[in-house]
Amino acid sequence: MKPFEPVIVAFCCHYCAYTAADMAGSQRRCYPPNVRIVRVPCSGKVDTIHILKAFEKGADGIYVAGCLDGDCHFKNGNIRASRRVASVKGLLDEIGIGGERLEMVKISAGMGDRFADIAEQMTEKIRKLGPNPIHAARTAA
Amino acid sequence: MKTDSVLEKVLSSGKLAVTSECGPPRGAAVDKVKKKAEMLKGVVDAVNVTDNQTAMVRMSSFAAGVFLRQMDLHPILQMVTRDRNRLAMQADIIGAYAHGINTMLCLSGDHPHFGDHPTAANVHDIDSIQFIQMVRQMRDEGTFQGGAEIDQPPKMFIGAAANPFADPFELRVARLAKKVAAGVDFIQTQCIYNLDKFEQWMEGVCARGLHEKCPILAGITPMKSAGMARYMKNKVPGMDVPQELVDRMAGVPKEKQAEEGIKICVESMQRLKEVKGVAGFHIMAIEWEQKVSEIVEKAGLLPRPTV
Amino acid sequence: MITAERKPLEEIIAYVRPFDRILLVGCNECVTVCAAGGRKEVGILSSALQMAFLKQGKNLQVKEHTLERQCDPEYVEELSSMIDGADAVLSMACGCGVQEVARRYRDKPVFPAVNTTFMGASERQGVWAERCQGCGDCLLGITGGICPIARCSKQLLNGPCGGSTHGKCEISPDVDCAWQLIWDRLKALGLENRYEEIIPAKDWRTGRGGGPRKIIREDLAE
Repeated sequence: MKPFEPVIVAFCCHYCAYTAADMAGSQRRCYPPNVRIVRVPCSGKVDTIHILKAFEKGADGIYVAGCLDGDCHFKNGNIRASRRVASVKGLLDEIGIGGERLEMVKISAGMGDRFADIAEQMTEKIRKLGPNPIHAARTAA
Repeated sequence: MKTDSVLEKVLSSGKLAVTSECGPPRGAAVDKVKKKAEMLKGVVDAVNVTDNQTAMVRMSSFAAGVFLRQMDLHPILQMVTRDRNRLAMQADIIGAYAHGINTMLCLSGDHPHFGDHPTAANVHDIDSIQFIQMVRQMRDEGTFQGGAEIDQPPKMFIGAAANPFADPFELRVARLAKKVAAGVDFIQTQCIYNLDKFEQWMEGVCARGLHEKCPILAGITPMKSAGMARYMKNKVPGMDVPQELVDRMAGVPKEKQAEEGIKICVESMQRLKEVKGVAGFHIMAIEWEQKVSEIVEKAGLLPRPTV
Repeated sequence: MITAERKPLEEIIAYVRPFDRILLVGCNECVTVCAAGGRKEVGILSSALQMAFLKQGKNLQVKEHTLERQCDPEYVEELSSMIDGADAVLSMACGCGVQEVARRYRDKPVFPAVNTTFMGASERQGVWAERCQGCGDCLLGITGGICPIARCSKQLLNGPCGGSTHGKCEISPDVDCAWQLIWDRLKALGLENRYEEIIPAKDWRTGRGGGPRKIIREDLAE
């Protein structure tokens, strides 16, 4: 049996985390290929329904990566994203997916290493948690 | 005289009146009522019987009051608008009066939030001022609040509460004026610890001549310990306990604190006796009824007048 | 507006469990504004329910539809083309919407997905507070535009009680003392002397005291 390789979706803000991912690349820093990046204009643009749909379609873990506190290009999009992520974590617990599969992280455009570290940590964490139970149920059905 | 109330008689004789209170038991323990009542016999003119105080269920004020009446004490029926609508209130007023209870206190009551039935519905069909109007109408016009005539109307001597220490301070005299306009016969105040502020309020009351229309009994609660002083200062809504009082209590050894509390209380009463408009005292010795006679005696208010 | 909050998912799941095909109906009015039961929340609940059931090995079919106004028969009629495809309706409207659907589609089970909470106003983004209890005999004209029935914890018509501290109610430092607000407003309007007019005992017949209420506008009713 093939070992479990989690699918991680990273919603990355165009102004910080997305550029940080680029930076990691130009620094030749490796990070797990499990992470699928979705570029968003601001972490605050990521809605509850986007996160739920990603889980519905089989993601095992998700993180929303926004700017450092005080650095949001749109003033407070990252703060809103943090609050939204906290509330969706509660909903994921209610659904039975588990809030721990979702995280909010903050990265600046220059933090290539941090981007790679987070990608590694998140992949490891989800690997330990195992597959998204929804995905498993869907495959079984 | 509007009523047969002993309290009314004492007040109209011009002497300082003294009332105290008896919190009914949380159960059918009649002995507890009688024991508390026994301690107050001959010491005070009338005894408030609380109505589900702090929104905790207790024996009803009406029932406990009947026991007091049977012991030849003069109960003051406390009633809150929280638990009853106007029908239930009027029914109990007539019932209590028929059992010889002729003095009452009209209150809105603590919110259920504070008690042991936080899930209960809040009635508040009428408020405390409308409550005064209703009891006055029953007595003076002989009609129910709804307008129908009463067969033998209850002649209640009507009391109400006033808290000089709540906010906004500028409304505290005005709200008393509303109670006076509604027809209240006497007032018992919140426990007084901040005497300066009380005197300031009393000046406002006298400036409007309200003390002439309605005697005011100053509320007194002896403190048992520095812990109680701190609790009253920090936790009880609408209570004003100055820091120096807490410090004074904390400054004596623990075993002497109760004695110090009584001393403070008697000193306060001596000062309040001189305040224009004070017509007597309402001593709320919470679960400390055995100390009431000592306080009344030390304040020079014994023996009580016979009227 | 009428405010509402989504019920715990567990409760909604228990309602829906016996059924395979659900019609999930939102409303574009009040519950959209208070982010409880508009199109967006319908989408989120639909996704959440499907995943929750899938996890238990069940494929729940959810048809999403949001009506312009769920308390109006004309709009509720719109569901007639979809109703047969559903075993039950889950409504995200206020209690009025839920009942309207139940009245129109008599043989279809209807369940509420939100708790209708109060009539209120938005204090700031994401915060709503109670303002009106629909007593049927508005007092705001004499209380400085602040309702003591909806906003005083003891609904005192002649307040404030002795528990008012620094402008807050005795039940919580998060609750404003309605009578402090009334007094401040009367002062701002130069109407201080109005305070001492006693507001008489209220006639609750215009409120729930008179039983279920109805408005019939002779000029409009057919």
